[in-house]
Amino acid sequence: MHAMHDHTAPATTAPATGTAADADDHVYLSLAEATPGPEGEGRWAYGTGFADPLLGVDTALPPGLDGADLAAYCLMLGDDALILAQRLTEWCTRAPELEEEVALANLGLDLLGQARLLLTRAGQADGSGRTEDDLAYWREEHEFRNVRLVETPNGDFAHSIARLLLFATARGALYEALSAHPDPVLAAVAARGVKELAYHREYATAWTLRLGDGTPYSSARMQAGLDAVWPLLDELFTAHPAELRAGVDPATLREPVLRSLAAVLAEAGLTVPDVPPLATVLGLGGRDGVHTEALGPLLAELQVVARAHPGATW
Amino acid sequence: MTTRDLAWETAAAVPDPELPMLTLADLGVLADVETADGTVTAWLTPTYSGCPAVAEMAADVDRRLRAAGYRDVRVRLRLDPPWSTDLITAEGRRKLAEAGIAPPRHTSAVTGPVSLVLGPTRAATTGTASPAFAPVPCPHCGDTDTEELSRFGSTACKALWRCRACREPFERVKEI
Repeated sequence: MHAMHDHTAPATTAPATGTAADADDHVYLSLAEATPGPEGEGRWAYGTGFADPLLGVDTALPPGLDGADLAAYCLMLGDDALILAQRLTEWCTRAPELEEEVALANLGLDLLGQARLLLTRAGQADGSGRTEDDLAYWREEHEFRNVRLVETPNGDFAHSIARLLLFATARGALYEALSAHPDPVLAAVAARGVKELAYHREYATAWTLRLGDGTPYSSARMQAGLDAVWPLLDELFTAHPAELRAGVDPATLREPVLRSLAAVLAEAGLTVPDVPPLATVLGLGGRDGVHTEALGPLLAELQVVARAHPGATW
Repeated sequence: MTTRDLAWETAAAVPDPELPMLTLADLGVLADVETADGTVTAWLTPTYSGCPAVAEMAADVDRRLRAAGYRDVRVRLRLDPPWSTDLITAEGRRKLAEAGIAPPRHTSAVTGPVSLVLGPTRAATTGTASPAFAPVPCPHCGDTDTEELSRFGSTACKALWRCRACREPFERVKEI
């Protein structure tokens, strides 16, 4: 176990009289050490012992549901949300307008919140007791169970909007079906997620209409984005055995989701791409831990701080 | 007043970390408080999935109850039924408006299928059939000639608006 990073020790690389780094340290120290006042000012939630996203929630498994299957299923949905949250966050400082940057970060925050609950539930259900952090930061690429749609690079803004439209439409439909799931935690995540995903879908739909029905140039860029992500859509409807045992058969979502997407594209003057699904490797895809080359670098960035300072607190 | 009512009042007075003019009771986050055998248990319903204020709220409720003399305090989350802006009380809505933040409409007025037309950024200023486009009065001057700038704002729960009459920008708690 590494020693905890000590904020009070002078960093060896800092100049002897350097004060910039010291001053930064002191800002955070004062937050961490602030005595809580009667109105709660100067508080710092980290380290209060209340960070568990399922604090005090009954964690018993419903009868008839296999813990390993439920864990595998929660991991799939949690990884989808975690990885897309990471991609959306990459738009920070890069979006065309500040408002869009704030919007995309907000959507990522919703997904990150869903991921926290789902990963926590996965660690409970499989009996391993792994926390959300154990699962997010300490698994290797082949242990991630997200669909490949969420891991591919952002591309341009239209490309990211196309991906978001596909994901939000399909995930909203899935959450709606999962709101009646026998596991109370999964059902609760889904019930709240339905309302959040409705905002995501509305945002993606509005931009698809604006770009598709805008200038010939914006329309061509939007169509190119759709053409690029469409081969990844099929994986969302292809059932993994664990999904059939623990959740909803995603094949049942194919028809209503495709119908809904086609209606948006028709209204935007865009064409439903006629492209075959992205090939799998001997029938294995993201749900089996077989990913595109894009996931490794994404995970490296996501996990680097946790791995550089294992067990660090602040 | 019973022990339970006293414990409720203590927990209910905790301010929301991001909307400090509102208490957790105003916001509808405090779901229940139970006292039994010297222990007090408070249930909170978290707002958005990604709202980072939940840990802060739980810590504050715990601290207030201990400060009020309760030794054995338990704070728990209740996920079902999910939180909705409909749970914000009338008092909470009044305090929001007073602080310059437009309160949310009731969600029964705004749920439904995703619109396939680009909606207006300005809500109707005169009578309209659809309650989804009911006027959003400016919390500063009260004029209904207001428009949405962005559906997403400084926190997960708010959108950015502006008043075309007094020219002031304002935030609005959006329905969920």
